[in-house]
Amino acid sequence: MNSLAIQKKSVEYRKKILTYIKKANAGHTGGSLSCIDILNVLYNEVMNVSPDNFHHPDRDRYIQSKGHSVEALFVVLADQGFFPESDLETLCQYQSHYVGHPTRKVNGVEQNTGALGHGLSISAGVALAGKMDKKDYKVFTLLGDGELAEGSNWEAAMIAAQYKLDNLIAIVDRNTLQITDRTRHVCNTEPLAEKFKAFGWAVKEVDGHHLEELKETFLSTPYEKGKPNLVIANTTKGKGISFMEDVLKWHHGVPSDEEFEKCMEELEKLTKTLEIV
Amino acid sequence: MEFKHTRQGYVDGLLELAEEYPELLVLDADVAKATKTVDFEAAYPKRFFNCGVQEQNMLSVAAGLALEGYIPFASTFGVFATCRAGDQLRNSIAYPKLNVKVGATHCGITTGGDGASHQANEDIAIVRSLPNMTILVPGDYEEAKQATIAAAKFVGPVYLRFGRDKYPLIPEIHGGFTIGKAKVLKQGNDISIITTGIMVDEGLKAANSLESEGVSVRLIHMPTVKPIDKEVVLNAAKETKGIVTAEEHSIIGGLGEAVAGIVAEEAPCMVHRIGMQDVFGESGQAGELMDKFGFRAKNIIEKARKIMRN
Ligand SMILES: [Mg+2]
Repeated sequence: MNSLAIQKKSVEYRKKILTYIKKANAGHTGGSLSCIDILNVLYNEVMNVSPDNFHHPDRDRYIQSKGHSVEALFVVLADQGFFPESDLETLCQYQSHYVGHPTRKVNGVEQNTGALGHGLSISAGVALAGKMDKKDYKVFTLLGDGELAEGSNWEAAMIAAQYKLDNLIAIVDRNTLQITDRTRHVCNTEPLAEKFKAFGWAVKEVDGHHLEELKETFLSTPYEKGKPNLVIANTTKGKGISFMEDVLKWHHGVPSDEEFEKCMEELEKLTKTLEIV
Repeated sequence: MEFKHTRQGYVDGLLELAEEYPELLVLDADVAKATKTVDFEAAYPKRFFNCGVQEQNMLSVAAGLALEGYIPFASTFGVFATCRAGDQLRNSIAYPKLNVKVGATHCGITTGGDGASHQANEDIAIVRSLPNMTILVPGDYEEAKQATIAAAKFVGPVYLRFGRDKYPLIPEIHGGFTIGKAKVLKQGNDISIITTGIMVDEGLKAANSLESEGVSVRLIHMPTVKPIDKEVVLNAAKETKGIVTAEEHSIIGGLGEAVAGIVAEEAPCMVHRIGMQDVFGESGQAGELMDKFGFRAKNIIEKARKIMRN
């Protein structure tokens, strides 16, 4: 995909995230906006996965440990053709499969998530299976920075290094905020790169909104043979909307009608800027 | 009478299946000697993974392996499999209904000397309340082996419960194993005794003793606690004066409550429960603790008489 097309996708995805959150009157707005560029690059530029090969053993796997940013995942899966986008009009509604956290009932979702601190362990299991089966597929998992307070992540970090799972790529959406406060004020995860390095991982740090940089980073694994890969993606919670960026209350805020209009205006302006370039 | 470990039945079942099921794996949280899975490690080192002392990660790793078509048997002590890693059991395994088997040893008061920290008396209650779970509680070595084989062949998450001690072999329960089916060992009509796990031994002793006094006993062994054999329970409730349940577990949330719940809704009768009376255990020989906490045939007989006097 050319650079302009992929950049436009990020803007379109942001519009859709906000649209379906508005419609559902619920959702994790800030975190979905902070990780959407990562998902865009993974699904459009990096991973070998599509509705056609979703049950093929050689496909790449994606497990979203920060399950609460489900809107970002669903919007991308719909765009990839896993299900009609109109399905998302039922998001969080009674009798809808599109519940507030990912489940396998939704085509394209590998594993139920939502309880934090599970995705890295599950992905380590999948990566271990890949090694035993001598497969070349890669396993991507997305974690929140607040989520890293869950001790099970560190259990998984140790075992992934122990089993030399260099087919595992954990991405931390480091937006530096969590539900109640700055992550460093709640349960400080820093120095994150040094911690993972000490746990036996190969670590890279990137601008989590720089699409080219993300692509290059995701495609160049393993960074060191025999070591699991950690990508620290520095992001901004609420990215793309001026009044949501880095503002705590948008963790799961729903924009008012007026705010929603403003969101769409800002994103429309962004689309126009891209077209001029 | 021959005594053997139920946990040995677990690993012997796994070894019996290993060639036929190359996708069968064993995961361990650094207690392989205690769970007896060390025998599997010796025979199939490449299909054995010691995750270290970390039960939470082990259960989610098992979920990941199950997603890829493996049949992981994650093995550790019952307290850690259910209380420590309860969230992983619920959200990584039960909710997506993955084909993970949890082999839990050191369950119940007969864990003995290690004391309350290691005696799982609430594990059945926890797992019973999780949708999609199947719970197997075999009564002796041979049934443990059969239950393990049945669990491997069954598609879906299964919790297998074993003890620490050596328990008597009970030939009466060796006739084959079907998940969800109770074993009616005596067809009497005065009083029913329903046991699970190793309490079948005390149940048999109680039944024989009552029979010698002329009481006709319906003795039912329930190696599957969930899904429970409802029909057998209801027949017992309708055809006898009442039911005594016996389980090496808390009276809260286990076999006794499962039976009482069914009976209360469809065929009310008296139900008395033998089990831990909402207290933590302590150290001692298995037998000493069974005496102290009321897990003996005489305790079952006492409850049966109470129901019959009513
Ligand atoms: Mg965060």
